[in-house]
Amino acid sequence: MIRNIAKLTLLSSALAATGVMAEDTTLIIESWRNDDLTLWQEKIIPAFEAQHEGIKVNFTPSAPAEYNAALNSKLDAGSAGDLITCRPFDASLALFEAGHLVDLDDMEAMGNFSDVAKSAWQTDDGSASFCVPMASVIHGFIYNKDAFSEVGVEVPATEEEFFAALEKFKQDGNYIPMAMGTNDQWEAATMGYNNIGPNYWKGEEGRRALIAGEQKLTDDMWVAPYATLAKWGAYLGDGYEAQTYPDSQNLFTLGRAAIYPAGSWEISGFNAQAEFEMGVFKPPVQKAGDTCYISDHTDIGIGLNAASENAEAAKTFLAWVGSPEFASIFGNALPGFFPLSKTPVELDDPLAKDFISWRGECESTIRSTYQILSRGTPNLENDTWGASVAAIKGTSTPEELGAKLQEGLDSWYKP
Amino acid sequence: MHRPRFRWHIAVFLAPAVLVYTAVMIFPLFNTLRLALYSKVDQERVFVGLENFRTLFLDPVWSEPFWNALGNNFWFFIVHMLVQNPIGIALAAILSHPRLRFAALYRSAIFIPTILSFVIVGFAWKLILSPIWGIAPSMLDAVGMKSLFAPWLGKEEYALTTLALISVWQFVGIPMMLIYAALLAIPEEILEAGEVDGITGLSAFWKIKLPLILPSVGIISILTFVGNFNAFDLIYAAQGALAGPDFSTDILGTYMYRTFFGFQLQLGDPHMGSAIASGMFAIILIGVCIYLFGIQTRMRRYQL
Repeated sequence: MIRNIAKLTLLSSALAATGVMAEDTTLIIESWRNDDLTLWQEKIIPAFEAQHEGIKVNFTPSAPAEYNAALNSKLDAGSAGDLITCRPFDASLALFEAGHLVDLDDMEAMGNFSDVAKSAWQTDDGSASFCVPMASVIHGFIYNKDAFSEVGVEVPATEEEFFAALEKFKQDGNYIPMAMGTNDQWEAATMGYNNIGPNYWKGEEGRRALIAGEQKLTDDMWVAPYATLAKWGAYLGDGYEAQTYPDSQNLFTLGRAAIYPAGSWEISGFNAQAEFEMGVFKPPVQKAGDTCYISDHTDIGIGLNAASENAEAAKTFLAWVGSPEFASIFGNALPGFFPLSKTPVELDDPLAKDFISWRGECESTIRSTYQILSRGTPNLENDTWGASVAAIKGTSTPEELGAKLQEGLDSWYKP
Repeated sequence: MHRPRFRWHIAVFLAPAVLVYTAVMIFPLFNTLRLALYSKVDQERVFVGLENFRTLFLDPVWSEPFWNALGNNFWFFIVHMLVQNPIGIALAAILSHPRLRFAALYRSAIFIPTILSFVIVGFAWKLILSPIWGIAPSMLDAVGMKSLFAPWLGKEEYALTTLALISVWQFVGIPMMLIYAALLAIPEEILEAGEVDGITGLSAFWKIKLPLILPSVGIISILTFVGNFNAFDLIYAAQGALAGPDFSTDILGTYMYRTFFGFQLQLGDPHMGSAIASGMFAIILIGVCIYLFGIQTRMRRYQL
């Protein structure tokens, strides 16, 4: 009885809420991008609100490391916001399977995105898409132009030239050839292995073959990047074993290092910190003339909370997120986070422009471990971090690493 | 004939503490143990009995990190027992020396790190030991021993010991304070009686003071044991949840955290996480029981 009364009260208040909705609806966005709070408040939300009267938007981010756990408990408790910023792949897939996210396939705006862009927020068979893709990040190398001209090094395009450049900086001695540490582990895998790797396994071709079980991590194209990483160790500067991610960022922006293996998300931070001119070059290919492959990794999407009481307004917002207008605002306000929509976006930042221009020259792929393959225990992504570090330090041979990773994957994954 | 009346005031005065303790300690503890007996299959929570423990101990994917973490935990504990507690006792003995000047200053200075947050300690030491900005390499350079410097926190073979020593630095004040209090409680007459018999200086410490403070040493050991096997914060602050390099600093706390809450692409598994937490609880329980029944009851006590 009491329960029924409670239900009735809830229902009537929900009805009351819909009644009020015609006046003013407030949408709440859950996100881990607390760095972008001002951008949302000053640029994105006003642009949306100006065109859509009666809908107010509230961006409420939490700390990145806490986001997944906090979001899960909020969703379970029914107190999460209307719009959910989606992590790529399994974290969001789990939310969809638990019924927390709505299938958005029938939305017109979804047609603005390519299949690769949508793949990060789809069921394995591609039958349902549950988040609107927002942005991707591209990997490559950012370099110090002043250092290059001072030491007289050409921007490398092939692997041979790349190591020749590193060697020249090492001989010169004024600059640490490359700023990366292995303390935090993920850089070695993300900015190392998955940065240079697509050139070996031919991007999507290799990634899909690996998922289909046609290729193994013991195959040459998956082992060879480790052999290349093993050669990096000599150029990373003293004590790189204990060098953290912020250490590497600071070394580079202070002008003490020549090359920084990067993700495009560094752009805005580096623009603010570095006082020298920067350039970018893409992951070097093995032989001049080879097709180049880049990691253009789908990173952020946004979906609709199934429990939202403002589903209509929220869908209006999502449709707007899928529009070219949003892409242009977002891409320019956050250089380094590249909109995923099919319509090309005009970017102003020179570094970001260079990064995105590679989409035309090279084949895009996403990080090899993210889709499906990191679903079980042992976790392939975590293992790849360890393996990339071991390769750089030289504590294991590339063949041993490949064998160990494949063994771990075989223990739970049947293609 | 009076029947003894039920003394309500006892229950009333105990109630707040019992309720609060039950709500924040006992209930979560038993709920965690219960959670370890379930698993999630197709969005449903299913009772699986001891299956999670079978996986944890028999499946090499789970058991290898578990034994690795347990081994690291023991090494962490051994370093504390061999370094922290002897130094703590020695500091207390020196501090209790009646002719030491500025004793209060030393006492506070040594005790202060104990009240610092793990995050501050972890971060400060990471900076001190940093091969790039740290003062450790330049200090060693100043005395011409730069060659001794290594990026300790980044090397598999040193990282755990380095972290254990950082933890020792932070917590050495606790055994020092407890022993110091125990030493102050020793009556002057006993020491004077010893002096009459010709026992002075160091031999007074070994023959009179140490036996009298042994019960405190026992308490400190068990506190160290419980603290070390529950440790998590320092490793997490300094090395992150992946407890690098190559899991060489992974202890049960970080292993439990990764499993329970997930990490990067690894989704959290509260059930396996609870199984690990139950394992930690069992290990600590056994350790404490061995101490309580095996050592403490046999320890000789002196009436002072």
